[in-house]
Amino acid sequence: MIYKDSKILLEVRGLCANVSGTEILKGLDLTVKSGEIHAIMGPNGSGKSTFSKILAGHSAYEVTGGTVMFEGQNLLDLAPEERARAGVFLAFQYPIEIPGVGNSQFLRLTYNTVQTHCGKEELDPLEFDDYVREKMKLLEMSPDFLERSVNEGFSGGEKKRNEILQMAMLDPRLAILDETDSGLDIDALRIVANGVNQLANKDNAIVLVTHYQRLLNYIVPDYVHVMEAGRIIKTGGKELALELESRGYDWVGVENKAAARATA
Amino acid sequence: MSAPGTINAGYLENLLAGQPHLPASPLAWLNALRAEAVDRVGVLTVPTLRDEEWRFTDISQLTKISFHPVRATVSLQAADIERFYIEEATTRLVFVDGVYTPQLSSGITDNGVAVVNLEAGFAAHATAIEPYLGRLTEFRDNVFAALNTAFLHDAALIVVPRDISVAVPVHLLFIATQKDVVSYPRCLLLAESGSAVTVIEDYVSLQEDAYFTNAVTEIALVDNARVNHIRVQREGAKAFHIANCAVTLARASNYQSVSVAFGARISRYNLNVQLAEEAECAVDGLALISGRQLADTHTCIDHAKPHAVSHQMHKCIVGGSAHAVFNGKIKVRQGAQRTDSRQSSRNLLLTGKAHVDTKPQLEIFADDVKCTHGATIGQLDNEEVFYLQSRGLSETVARNMLTYAFGAEIIERIPISSLKCQLEQTVLEQTTVQP
Repeated sequence: MIYKDSKILLEVRGLCANVSGTEILKGLDLTVKSGEIHAIMGPNGSGKSTFSKILAGHSAYEVTGGTVMFEGQNLLDLAPEERARAGVFLAFQYPIEIPGVGNSQFLRLTYNTVQTHCGKEELDPLEFDDYVREKMKLLEMSPDFLERSVNEGFSGGEKKRNEILQMAMLDPRLAILDETDSGLDIDALRIVANGVNQLANKDNAIVLVTHYQRLLNYIVPDYVHVMEAGRIIKTGGKELALELESRGYDWVGVENKAAARATA
Repeated sequence: MSAPGTINAGYLENLLAGQPHLPASPLAWLNALRAEAVDRVGVLTVPTLRDEEWRFTDISQLTKISFHPVRATVSLQAADIERFYIEEATTRLVFVDGVYTPQLSSGITDNGVAVVNLEAGFAAHATAIEPYLGRLTEFRDNVFAALNTAFLHDAALIVVPRDISVAVPVHLLFIATQKDVVSYPRCLLLAESGSAVTVIEDYVSLQEDAYFTNAVTEIALVDNARVNHIRVQREGAKAFHIANCAVTLARASNYQSVSVAFGARISRYNLNVQLAEEAECAVDGLALISGRQLADTHTCIDHAKPHAVSHQMHKCIVGGSAHAVFNGKIKVRQGAQRTDSRQSSRNLLLTGKAHVDTKPQLEIFADDVKCTHGATIGQLDNEEVFYLQSRGLSETVARNMLTYAFGAEIIERIPISSLKCQLEQTVLEQTTVQP
């Protein structure tokens, strides 16, 4: 939701980045204020997922230009774990499986690590168990998720729910959800979206990276951005997503080129 | 310069020196078996890198030390070895430097179940064990199995009669206490039709000098029997450990085994499993080594009859300049139709100097089978490390966790919770790099 006088959480200016020598981001600008929900849409290969991984600090991407400020600090100076501790969270498109490590053990370790770095108290196993079970209700997850290995043998929907569970626990200021709707059936989509909606508040912000408009029926964005060739070329309200759904992406590019010619 | 054969002969002769002092067994066939083994040792030689089965494993260092059988047994108290006890496994046979130690053991002779030193089982079971003892292991072509058989005296004997399920796991604890000593641990497990038992074969040490464990285990599962076999090799850092295990599964029997190798300077484990119709086995292994250790596992799973199932997952975590070897053969004989076999060898190298040789082999002579196998060798996956970092964990913690998890996946398959916790702790300690 857009709040009057809310403060800027994330400010990206002219971001350029390469992966193995190929330029993927070519001058991306984005401003996100607290309380807001942004959707970044665009065709495959437009750079959406690259952008979300760069925000989280993936080392395979080389930032070649521009700035990313998060709550006044230079995000690009921070290691991935420091970004997480500072309040940036990325829900992965493909969460990894860790056979051999219990989900509950993993969740508690990540929770306590982030808590400690924020100067807060750790939870012991019993306290944590109460805490995590409460959060699991939000995502209609069965408690036996805790007994299993991290994501091992989870269905696509279960993995995505486990991602949002981590978001619920870590309580980030900025959550980036990378294609969270992919591979979800309609029930799972509704549960995941419902969870995200309950986590959204006036102090945090959510960036949804998605190819399809479907998710936006459940999580209503304040802004919709269209990405093409490594830049945001159009920004609108939630109705833009519907227009993209019916007309596809091509017209945005055409309109953008025409506008560029007019300015030139 | 003397020919390699001469060095070998002298070495083996030296190892055999103590053999004539073994007391004769009351069983004529057992004496004949030993005599045959002595003859075979005279014919065989110590393998070298030129032998196909030993091409990655150089055991020349073994022949540089003059090992002798134990001369005087060390008297141990329960307090000395309690730390090796496994809570659930209260049935226990303890062998110190290969010698059965009754005062530390708690076997069973009850309801036809026997968990005893070999001699004590003769009266009731001599006829039952004769077809298996020394017959499952091919000692005629294997110098180490032949040496062990030549010295066959004290041995763990487990007999589980028809349709009996032994609830308490059996712990076979082999403890090394003396420098330059060679011991010949021996186990025979006979699981009669429809019976079930869990056995832990455990090799430990109370000292850090060089010694030599040369073990042989034979396991026979009669129709519908079910055996859980957990093998823990946690020998001393300078130990040599060479072991041969032969398992034969009769119709519809089920063998589940997890073997872990943490210890020894050089270790070699040969496991041969033969499956009859509808038999099933899961054979999993973990070698976790570092420094200058070498751990070699050779397995052969032989689908002799149709409709049998075998699953195998072998993992190695190799640090320092250690060297792991895995050679996993799956044989599907002619006529063994509807075989279902799955094998996977996964290896994690923690340093640039760590080394692994892995060789999965399929030999299929039947046409209606489902066999898959694969091998991977690598470092930790950067995407996995990034995932954990993105949850706030430092790179070191992330790498430690993934390395631990890699090993824990095998340990988790051990069905005894206190042993599982104990070994998980060992994996955790050995995979944790301080930041």
